[in-house]
Amino acid sequence: MITLIKRPTPSKTWSWATPIVAILATMIAGGFLFAALGKNPVEAIRVIFWDPLFGPNAAYFRGQLLVKAAPLILIAAGLAVGFRAGIWNIGAEGQYIIGAICGAGLALAVYPAESVWLFPAMVVLGALGGLLWGMIPALLKIWFNTSEILVSLMLVYVAQNLLAYMAFGPMKNPQGFGFPGSRNLQQYASAHNPELIAGTGAHWGVMAAIVAVIATYILMHRHLAGFRIRVAGEAPRAARFAGVNPSRLVMVCLMLSGALAGMAGLFEVAGPNGQITDGFNSGYGFTAIIVAFLGRLHPIGILLAGLLMALTYIGGDMAQLMLQLPAAAIQVFQGMLLFFLLGFDVLTNYRIRIGKGAKA
Amino acid sequence: MTLGGIDIIALTAMLMTASTPVLLAATGELVAEKSGVLNLGVEGMMIMGAVGGFAVAVATGNPVLGFAAGALAGAALALLFAILTQVFLSNQVGTGLALTLFGLGLSALIGKSYEGIRPPATTKLDFGPLSELPVLGRVLFSHDWMVYLSLGLVAATWYVLNKTRVGLVLRAVGENHDAAHALGYRVIAVRIAALAFGGALAGLGGAYLSLVRVPQWTEGMTAGAGWIALAIVVFASWRAERVLIGAYLFGGITALQLQLQAAEYSIPVHLLSMAPYVITIVVLVILSAVHRHGVQAAPAALGKSFHASS
Repeated sequence: MITLIKRPTPSKTWSWATPIVAILATMIAGGFLFAALGKNPVEAIRVIFWDPLFGPNAAYFRGQLLVKAAPLILIAAGLAVGFRAGIWNIGAEGQYIIGAICGAGLALAVYPAESVWLFPAMVVLGALGGLLWGMIPALLKIWFNTSEILVSLMLVYVAQNLLAYMAFGPMKNPQGFGFPGSRNLQQYASAHNPELIAGTGAHWGVMAAIVAVIATYILMHRHLAGFRIRVAGEAPRAARFAGVNPSRLVMVCLMLSGALAGMAGLFEVAGPNGQITDGFNSGYGFTAIIVAFLGRLHPIGILLAGLLMALTYIGGDMAQLMLQLPAAAIQVFQGMLLFFLLGFDVLTNYRIRIGKGAKA
Repeated sequence: MTLGGIDIIALTAMLMTASTPVLLAATGELVAEKSGVLNLGVEGMMIMGAVGGFAVAVATGNPVLGFAAGALAGAALALLFAILTQVFLSNQVGTGLALTLFGLGLSALIGKSYEGIRPPATTKLDFGPLSELPVLGRVLFSHDWMVYLSLGLVAATWYVLNKTRVGLVLRAVGENHDAAHALGYRVIAVRIAALAFGGALAGLGGAYLSLVRVPQWTEGMTAGAGWIALAIVVFASWRAERVLIGAYLFGGITALQLQLQAAEYSIPVHLLSMAPYVITIVVLVILSAVHRHGVQAAPAALGKSFHASS
């Protein structure tokens, strides 16, 4: 008989060890998945996790690593603050889209005017767009106590349709020969979010992600506000006695995560992606949720988790190319990782005792 | 009979088929939530039901087996959620999200080879002369058997929840798991069963999408239907009869939106497609505003983990 006994305080060791155990378990389970698809599991794992970093074409792929990791880290850093407080913004994908639409909208409106202020203004507008989109569930939660989970998620579908509308309608490139999609911002010098250091993939979004990690670390672990946010999540009643204003908390958390997601969208549309198109969003807003959990909602953890998740994206692309592994396999792989993580987390809060009649 | 370019009878007839997937999924989620578990993985279970049902129906040529497989696929995913949240005591919100992400990925993986195929047709129920009735015949008696089965399932759920001992135990577990445990009820077992039932219904709803409503398999075809089912449970204040109203209301909006697209009004298609989601938000807001100072309708233990020592 196996029984679980609650630990008096969560185990520090397991709190750091579970992500690693979960990653190993996912590799094993993923191996079975790849074997079931008729691929050599060892080779598949090597192609996904080793080759992008140390393989023959690693120089190119290492640059891609930062490009993919930046939006994930940027979004997850914001989400984690809210998750700590028990505020579930799961609509980051929508805020990401709106940020991109707002920022790119400015550039497309003033095209072809050149100015050094254009790109900074786009960043501000992108952040503002995401912030306002995140404010909708916040206000509805404060005014009417509507579930922020459902509202923020519904708004993803609204944003997706708005994106399609923009790509086929108002933002369509007038010189695009009738094809849907906006002008390519990569060819518009003032609006382009370029690679800052050649070969590294580091664009302004990467810088923003680093700043976000440092800022959220200071906020959450070196500042009274962060302490209050964490108390609010773990003991809402105690937080209220300590003078935490729940409405303001909801507002701050959703606005912060919305703004960061919006910025991530802007950096993507002005940089690596270049265009407002129907399928511009690629699920970063949802993957960032996995990143936030995998990083233990801790800024440094999120940094590492974001890099790892970016690696699975790149490795997944490579496996698709070299082993004809279907693209969806990597999505399954990421989902499994989150499962294992949540499952193994029991070890952080509970001790396992094997034997008869073990009762706490 | 047309009104502003919209065929009212066709609209009403379409309403019933458009509502069925969310009706099934919402009824299943209602049972799970009544037992005190919030499963945010409805979308994932639905899409697994859609692909599982589709694959089996195509392989066997028998839609009935397809629906059974859809229900099984949904239940299997729900059991995964049950093991994680009930045995390993994981966070229900996080695990539900993981279930959705996992389901979307796995269904895309399985469904790849089924794209562009047409499934075997699901038979219409023969009501004889009833379906010959002028208006009612087309609106009420012209559908496939799954539509009527879904209505039967809602009625059965209402009956079991409100009129039987099983329903009483389930609700007790959902309201106060410590008290239910002290009375000797097996909280975890009840919850696992409720989750499996919820998953089966979500899977059935998904299978209805891919086998009847669309009918074909496309990646991500549930397009938020699972989330709307979750919203409908809130809308219904956790009551089975109101789930029916909520689902049909939503189905009506979807049908109207599609009819408007077909009627070629000058409203862009993408803006019309937003309507179901926007209206869901509006309805949620109105409902939460009404309930703000009223009785709490949600089961008291909803979303809380149960551990016998605590």
